[in-house]
Amino acid sequence: MKSLRLKEVERWIVPVLILVGWEIFSRSGTLPAALLPAPTTVLWSWADWVFAIDGNTQTYSGSWIFDTAASITRVMAGFGIATAFGVSLGVAIGWSRRVETIIEPTLQVLRPIPPVSWIPLAIIWFGIANKPAIFLVFLGSFFPILLNTIQGVKSCDRNLIRAGAMVGGDQRQLLRYVVVPAALPSIFAGLRIGIGSAWMLTVTAELVAVKSGLGYVLWDSYYFLRYDLVLAAMASIGLLGFLSDLAIRALMARVLHWQRNTTIQGGEG
Amino acid sequence: MATIQISNVSKTFRDLKRKTDVIALDDITLSVEKNEFLCLLGPSGCGKSTLQNMIAGFEKPSSGHVTVDGRAISSPGADRGMVFQHANLMPWLPVWENVAFHLLLRGSQKLMRREAAQRYIDMVGLTGFENHFPSELSGGMNQRVGIARALLMNPQVILMDEPFGALDEQNRMDMQNELVGIWQKHAGTIVFVTHSVDEALTLGTHVAVMTARPGRIRELIPIDLPRPRDVTSPRFNDVKRHILSLLRPPRVEAGLVSME
Repeated sequence: MKSLRLKEVERWIVPVLILVGWEIFSRSGTLPAALLPAPTTVLWSWADWVFAIDGNTQTYSGSWIFDTAASITRVMAGFGIATAFGVSLGVAIGWSRRVETIIEPTLQVLRPIPPVSWIPLAIIWFGIANKPAIFLVFLGSFFPILLNTIQGVKSCDRNLIRAGAMVGGDQRQLLRYVVVPAALPSIFAGLRIGIGSAWMLTVTAELVAVKSGLGYVLWDSYYFLRYDLVLAAMASIGLLGFLSDLAIRALMARVLHWQRNTTIQGGEG
Repeated sequence: MATIQISNVSKTFRDLKRKTDVIALDDITLSVEKNEFLCLLGPSGCGKSTLQNMIAGFEKPSSGHVTVDGRAISSPGADRGMVFQHANLMPWLPVWENVAFHLLLRGSQKLMRREAAQRYIDMVGLTGFENHFPSELSGGMNQRVGIARALLMNPQVILMDEPFGALDEQNRMDMQNELVGIWQKHAGTIVFVTHSVDEALTLGTHVAVMTARPGRIRELIPIDLPRPRDVTSPRFNDVKRHILSLLRPPRVEAGLVSME
């Protein structure tokens, strides 16, 4: 059996090799330094963007927390609304044949339209501010959450519903105490896909429809040829996307702790 | 007064593919008195589970009616506890919450549910496993949880649909003995579906032998063998021989003769 420490080391090998290789390549002068800034340069700009160290990022010096807060607000708002609507509508569609017949066809028509293609309409309807961005985030995360919820509710074991009816549950109770808990693993899978789309669409919206946030900094720095800041913005977005997924996974581990010994783990080499 | 009264019940299913009607149950009349242990015995497809599902309220007869304590059955209810072939426990709830699931739906406080669950957990011999999840227990233990869940509702009638079918022989015998013990202590009416002659004869106060296509009750046999029942005793085997002759369709014997 391998020691825990060795496994910890294994995880870092590939990222470290990439960073070191990139640093060497950037400093070798094959490309102009401005086109592919070395990791250390990116880190230095990032540090100034966050902590206002030497003002090398000019207007953005020290503004990272505000840019980040602006993006997070949009993600949270859009994702929150999408979760509320996606889960409740998904449960209704999955549970009731009637609701399904009434609503499903409309959703099936809307679903293949890429959320990004709503940008013009979103700007016309909501102007240039938070609203169009939140609308886009909502569109992006709504469908994965909805579809996974429907699937989770529909695949609920009929026998569990029977068992619930047997102990005296009415329709409302069966939904609350049997169907929804049974659908939770599926709902969480939808949330994880949804949070990914949420970040993607926040950044997209900030590139065109909003004048703040990490996506805006990324695009603005591109115009000013600050590729170090572009990379720092990319890394920030990646980091926040990772952290929000981590938060959902932590919540999932708490809520779905009963699944712990039923999930299959691959053999470790 | 009979606890369960089944009067002239028939059930036909429409075979949509072949546009024909399939008669699952044909004019069944049967009554189960209070504290009886009735085993519905028959080959698969004889409609024994369908008949039981009608008592449970999961299915409705095409004609005739089923009453429990004089009331017609229209839907499932907590007055009839059911133990399923597979335990059908909520996998997200620990053992004690599964046992007290009925009380959760009734809105009881946690402390009360915990206390009520403990009594039935002890009764089925799962003391110490209160906080385990169903996925951590064996099939037989899960089945005990299912039995405790049904008992906790203190139902007039307990319906059991081949509950020990998925267990190994040793486990099945243990569970049968315990079930008889619980039934004697608990005093309730049990309707037990099985396709095993030995199981029916080990458990029941009555055995209703059913035949398939269409599902009919061939004979209702009262079993007055002393308990605990000895599956190797001559009297046990006399009854078993009789039941086997009822179950054996005559045309199979004819086929065997022609092969010689």
